[in-house]
Amino acid sequence: MAAYLGDVAALARKDLLLELRSRDTVPAMLLFVVAALVVFHFALPAGTGDDAANGLLWVGLLFTALLGLTRAFVAEREQGVMDGLVLAARDHSAIWLGKAVSIVAFLVVAEAVALPAYGLFFEPVGWELLAAVALANVGIAAVGTLLSAMAAASRARELLLPLLFLPLGIPIVVGGVGATVAEEPGRYLAFLALYDLVFAILSWASFEYVVTE
Amino acid sequence: MSTSLRNNQSVLLAAAALGLLGSGVALALFWAPEDADQGFSQRIFYIHVPVALTAYACFGWAAWKALRLLWLREERYDLESYVAVHLGVIFGVLTLATGSIWAKASWDVWWTWGERQLVLFLVLFLFYSAYFMLRYSVEPGRRRANLCAVYALFGVVLIPVSFLAIRLAEQFIHPVVFNADGPQMEDSMFATFLVCLAGTLALAGALYHVELAGKRIDARVRRLRELLA
Repeated sequence: MAAYLGDVAALARKDLLLELRSRDTVPAMLLFVVAALVVFHFALPAGTGDDAANGLLWVGLLFTALLGLTRAFVAEREQGVMDGLVLAARDHSAIWLGKAVSIVAFLVVAEAVALPAYGLFFEPVGWELLAAVALANVGIAAVGTLLSAMAAASRARELLLPLLFLPLGIPIVVGGVGATVAEEPGRYLAFLALYDLVFAILSWASFEYVVTE
Repeated sequence: MSTSLRNNQSVLLAAAALGLLGSGVALALFWAPEDADQGFSQRIFYIHVPVALTAYACFGWAAWKALRLLWLREERYDLESYVAVHLGVIFGVLTLATGSIWAKASWDVWWTWGERQLVLFLVLFLFYSAYFMLRYSVEPGRRRANLCAVYALFGVVLIPVSFLAIRLAEQFIHPVVFNADGPQMEDSMFATFLVCLAGTLALAGALYHVELAGKRIDARVRRLRELLA
């Protein structure tokens, strides 16, 4: 167990260090999400109400995540790191978990800018939104990491990931929008937690087959 | 299983599908009573719902074969899982088409977001269409078989999760025919429904065997050609 967590920590640390030095992904995500919020302002006619802005915020978050996920396995693929990782890791699911942890970190940084900007441009951010975003991050990272590894193995790559990811992202949007718009956010937060649990277990168990033959 | 036996199986299933679907349609048109609320248009129920259930069965079958592939690592399950997904998508499109016709007849709209099953099938259609994109963008081999199998497993988990999501998201206007008290319809309606369901399942089975046989012949021809080249 300690060895497994050690692997995960080392892999996540590698991704974060790499990002800290190259600054490839996170600045692009930040710029994208703020630009998307500005676009949403012009997409919403006057009097549409805050609920519509809330729905668009979730679209923005999902697409921002997609932007980061597209880049998730680029370094591994281009430098041939994946083969080394598969040979070195004691348990291949540690690769998935390490990558998912770093994706969550990227998402948190992007949201640390996106949510205040949303509060500034549209409406104040409540605790329901924060809780929903935190839960959604886990689901996005869990599913997104696995699908990103799948897309990296294909010829279509960047083209394929949104097609694979968006149908699986629909429940996240339902849970996220519901938690912030509906009368009783508890049900929707519970649904997001259920989604996280189910898909995290499935991704954790099946990652092995995505990276090996 | 020998080839002749397999051929017989698909012929038998095709004959069963023809007989059952023929009699199902006849029963639906002439025997089952007219629905009190919706009148004649309700009779599309005898095609729409069995086709939808058959699509679910195909997706479930694909996931089962995918699980077998990952578990036993036998190559033949890859093709079997693929053919099941393919048929599932075909029956899914039929479900969308018949549902759309029913919505037009009942509510005078071609599409309604209030109908959960239709929305779910739209999500599943998008999800499984991406399956083909994935499959044809990876070189054939073990790796592709694994990727497709994992994706097919995700699909069968996505079905209940999406259903729950749509239920949480949408208001309720679709008539509930089955509930906790069992089917809410007359015995003759239920019998007709069962005949139609058996018919579409037999049809899916026959198509499954035919497509699988065709794909296997394709693969053999390709191997032979490689040997000759």
